[in-house]
Amino acid sequence: MTLARVVGTVVATQKHRKFEGAKLLLVQPVTLEDTPRGVVLLAVDAVGAGVNDKVLVVIEGRAAAEAVGRRGTPVDAAIIGIVDRVDLEELS
Amino acid sequence: MQLATVIGDVVVTRKDDNLYGRTLLILQPIGADGQPVGRTLVAVDAVGAGVGETVFFVRGKEASFPFLPDEVPADAGVVGIVDHWDTES
Repeated sequence: MTLARVVGTVVATQKHRKFEGAKLLLVQPVTLEDTPRGVVLLAVDAVGAGVNDKVLVVIEGRAAAEAVGRRGTPVDAAIIGIVDRVDLEELS
Repeated sequence: MQLATVIGDVVVTRKDDNLYGRTLLILQPIGADGQPVGRTLVAVDAVGAGVGETVFFVRGKEASFPFLPDEVPADAGVVGIVDHWDTES
């Protein structure tokens, strides 16, 4: 799974029927230091996230489809949690 | 998934039986700013997209799901046509 920041929303009328009613959000993967990493992805929201939320994203098909409760959905990324806090310990 | 612009299509006469009747599109992935990012790729179309449209596509074997029970040998597929997207900067 990957930490990411929700950066936008996508509207698509014409889409595969399994996406009907799904909320599509643009997420920017971030590092532990909260800096952007890699390209912006499109993920199906399974938890009610909103723009600017820091979220946990799963980038794997089966897990993503299960998260949105629709097996067989042609999906490869889903938001599965809204991050409250990340705690890091310095290991010496 | 990722946003992309459809920049072309591919004509393949001799192909896997399960690719017959499928449209193969050339995609240029784009970022949230609409600018190209990364390499172009070929994706099988599941929604009737055409050149010039902004779409979103899925990577991996999930790209073949729209065609089940046909086992389409695809690793990328267009699964939605984007009307618009909004980002907060």
